[in-house]
Amino acid sequence: MEVEAVVDASTVRRWLEEAAASVREQRDYLTQLDAAIGDADHGANMDRGFTAVVEKLSMTEDSPPGKLLTTAGSTLVSTVGGASGPLWGTALRRAGRSLGEAESFEGPELVAAFEAALSGVVELGAAQEGDKTMVDALAPAVRALREGLAGGASLGAAVTAARSAAEEGMRATVPLQASKGRASYLGERSIGHQDPGATSTALLFGALERAVIEQ
Amino acid sequence: MSAVATSAMKKLINDPADVVKESLAGLGAAHPDLVRIDLDNQLVLRKDAPVAGKVGLVSGGGSGHEPLHGGFVGLGMLDAACPGEVFTSPVPDQMLAATKAVDGGAGVLHIVKNYTGDVMNFKLAAELAEDEGVQVESVLTNDDVAVEDSLYTAGRRGVGVTVLVEKIAGARAEAGGSLAEVAAVARKVNERGRSFGVALTSCATPAAGSPTFEIGADEMEFGVGIHGEPGRRREKVRPAAEIVAEMTEAIVGDLDPAPGTPLLAFVNGLGGTPLIELYVVYNELTRQLADRGLEATRSLVGNYITSLEMAGVSITLLALDDELTALWDAPVHTPGLRWGV
Repeated sequence: MEVEAVVDASTVRRWLEEAAASVREQRDYLTQLDAAIGDADHGANMDRGFTAVVEKLSMTEDSPPGKLLTTAGSTLVSTVGGASGPLWGTALRRAGRSLGEAESFEGPELVAAFEAALSGVVELGAAQEGDKTMVDALAPAVRALREGLAGGASLGAAVTAARSAAEEGMRATVPLQASKGRASYLGERSIGHQDPGATSTALLFGALERAVIEQ
Repeated sequence: MSAVATSAMKKLINDPADVVKESLAGLGAAHPDLVRIDLDNQLVLRKDAPVAGKVGLVSGGGSGHEPLHGGFVGLGMLDAACPGEVFTSPVPDQMLAATKAVDGGAGVLHIVKNYTGDVMNFKLAAELAEDEGVQVESVLTNDDVAVEDSLYTAGRRGVGVTVLVEKIAGARAEAGGSLAEVAAVARKVNERGRSFGVALTSCATPAAGSPTFEIGADEMEFGVGIHGEPGRRREKVRPAAEIVAEMTEAIVGDLDPAPGTPLLAFVNGLGGTPLIELYVVYNELTRQLADRGLEATRSLVGNYITSLEMAGVSITLLALDDELTALWDAPVHTPGLRWGV
């Protein structure tokens, strides 16, 4: 068994810290994207939530990775508001629950956790791929992760493929017309703008890639 | 020429981050006989909550629509309001705290406006409350007929009818209705109510400080939402008679009340339009209704569900019957609405 194929609590902590830093750095960009087709609060909301996550985890004693994710998810639900709080909060909580009490895990468990996260988001938001939402980045990323590992790629390579697929999905939201969320009220006027939720999703996969590869 | 339309918005605030909490503190200080404020959980609570044996009514949503919802807490209306940040849904923790604070043993009704964030956060809160043994029913308001295509959008938005649901369901709860009865009358009001809004100017959130959308000095957004969401189209401002005629047609065409149906006509200012203009709109509305063999037997005119300082108006029509009329007339005593007491 390769050492690099194992994910543990330190990887999850690094992921969430990287995610918080990335959201902080891109806060104004996310808000600008949201101003074009939403209500100009996505950057501020995500930054508030992930800052709270990092603070909460710094006060959380040694916990298995699953517990860290459910704690992070609950913190997002409690601090973000809007739609992204419940959606990302549910995603992380479902992923955490899927991992259970395991102290460390490998590729297949990671895929199962992300599939649980995706189905939580789809269930709560009732969005499908093509609706111009975070699902347009999340679904292809989870697919790329699963297919990469099934094809024999290393965990690092599979996570890189997932990040790349998330970014591709993010860019592919530009020509779409929104049919969920506040952007949907723009009708055709939402075409030509990149979805802020898909963008922050791609940022989170970039953070995951750094967390996995740097270990 | 466009200087007026694009100038920065001046606001009577301190730190933008403190606006919601400071405003809540002011509401509590102004109306200590009616409400108490829980600043930690960011809640407005009826002073005597929980009322034993009475169904509790909780609503909430982003701030910026005052007096909705916090101004409607009191006798005969809401038991608690959960205000979020300006135009941002509150979080489930707030809703859970409100639900537990107003549960008098008869269950709690959540009144939720149909916006993606509000719907999701209230759904999570209802699950948490039920885990803690509080019986919760939820009613969604979605009365905005400006949203024509419900299949390819998040659905019709909850706007003016929300005020009427809170008043009428609140009266039913005050009269001893069960949770099922209060929820049923709330749904009945939503089903029999329709709204349409028009904006003449944008609003500006305290955090942004600049207009939410650009609109020409001579333009209006026809079918606007209460956060400045776009409507059916952007066009030149016309005389009130023409605007109201088209708004009435959109509402009546969708509601399709039988001639002779008594109506509650609600002309609502969006925050920046003076009462003198709202009554011009009401006058035109009565003519439009008369042309269709309809009459408003009850009325409400004023700023009740606003969009910060947006200039504009929404019209809501509710098809009344004896039950709804009696509940509308029942006593109410809140910071924002008072009669019969």
